[in-house]
Amino acid sequence: MNLFAEALAWLADPVHWSGPSGIAARLAQHLAITVAVVAVSAAVAIPVGVLVGHTRRGRGVVVAVAGAARAVPTLGLLTILGLMMGIGLQAPLAALVVLAIPSLLAGAYAGVEAVAPDVVDAARASGMSEAQVVRQVELPLAMPVLLGGVRAATLQVVATATLAAYVSDTGLGRYLFAGLKTRDYPQMLAGALLVIALTLVLEAVLASIQRAAARAAAPTHARRAPA
Amino acid sequence: MTWLSSAWPQVVDLTVRHLAVSAPAILLSIVLAVPLGRMAQRSPRAGGALLSAASVLYAVPALPLLIVVPVVLGIPLRSPATLVVALTVYGTALLVRTAADAFSSISDPVRQAAVSLGHSPRALFWRVELPLAVPVLVSGVRVVTVSTVGLATIGALVGIPSLGSLFTDGFQRGITAEVVTGIVTTVALALVLDAACLLAGRALTPWTRVGVAPSLGILPRPGGPRPTAGRGATGIPATAEAAR
Repeated sequence: MNLFAEALAWLADPVHWSGPSGIAARLAQHLAITVAVVAVSAAVAIPVGVLVGHTRRGRGVVVAVAGAARAVPTLGLLTILGLMMGIGLQAPLAALVVLAIPSLLAGAYAGVEAVAPDVVDAARASGMSEAQVVRQVELPLAMPVLLGGVRAATLQVVATATLAAYVSDTGLGRYLFAGLKTRDYPQMLAGALLVIALTLVLEAVLASIQRAAARAAAPTHARRAPA
Repeated sequence: MTWLSSAWPQVVDLTVRHLAVSAPAILLSIVLAVPLGRMAQRSPRAGGALLSAASVLYAVPALPLLIVVPVVLGIPLRSPATLVVALTVYGTALLVRTAADAFSSISDPVRQAAVSLGHSPRALFWRVELPLAVPVLVSGVRVVTVSTVGLATIGALVGIPSLGSLFTDGFQRGITAEVVTGIVTTVALALVLDAACLLAGRALTPWTRVGVAPSLGILPRPGGPRPTAGRGATGIPATAEAAR
């Protein structure tokens, strides 16, 4: 338990917070990488997932991709890309995008597919075009599940961005690996606590966004049972 | 291939070590998650809190957890026990929700019939609820198995030997074949254990198979889908279920 006190003392030391490799800079870097990777992956995966959910074609491919991705070890993907693309930011970024896509794809697809068919038919019958059906009916109703995919992908990326420090000098993971090399346990533990805190804050924010989307998708349901 | 031809004894050794860490973690997760899941299903208020706690635990990144566990438990960082504990935390957090779902999937008339036949609460659990929960439980165990085998590779970063050691060693020495061998062996091990779970689930639920005399009053539809087949590992993570 004494180590926790030392880690907190390490965190409280203002020297560790400033400068280009200080905690503030690394925290911002870690967060920026996470947001950028999720945004890029979402731009690719969500339209594809919505299309698959809307047309109900290619379901097998989506399920296979999501299943296979779960079996591939993230560290393996990171090191193989690191060997292929060299030391630097490209390899971890590519690995993180590959890791984020399955959750986003599955969330978008499952959300749209779960929309009741008679609701979609009713929208068509009242004269909506296919594009309107997707934008005005399917997407709002799919939003809670779709955002569940975003939440899963974000947690995955923020966790794996820690491992990215193994192949490049990026983010909060650096404290873990620097601490491991020099057997500086307080620094290592402080880095671990920072990553855990960042993850739990992101998880809480995304969970509340998801709940808001669920209320918007089913207002009467939410009123009956306030969460 | 030339690398593999000279290093295969090392690969076999690391596979055994990998299994020695993953298998206890998977078994411990089942032992912990099944009673917790049933508790969560029984009392919704405590259950809700338990399931929220599980999803928060599951959100904690693996490598930081590996560093926090030995400090909390007072065990050495490089001990395989550290990795088993961390993997058990994730496995339990992931499985507890499925276990709760598994017990919820049992219809109340079945429970009432068992009680009216004279089953004590204990017999109700062991002889009626647990067997009927097996199909859904197996789907959850398969997900936990695949993710645990993949996650165990992280241990290599702090020096706990596993197939992940092929990643760190291959990366440091620039041997692509070694990293590829590690990925292929890890995925293969995950698939083998997944198949073992599937077969175990089938063996435990003979009444779900067509052509076998039905017991427990559940008639399988002739030619209908088998409840255990095609679920789990290929299922879609609809909610916050990161494929680490």
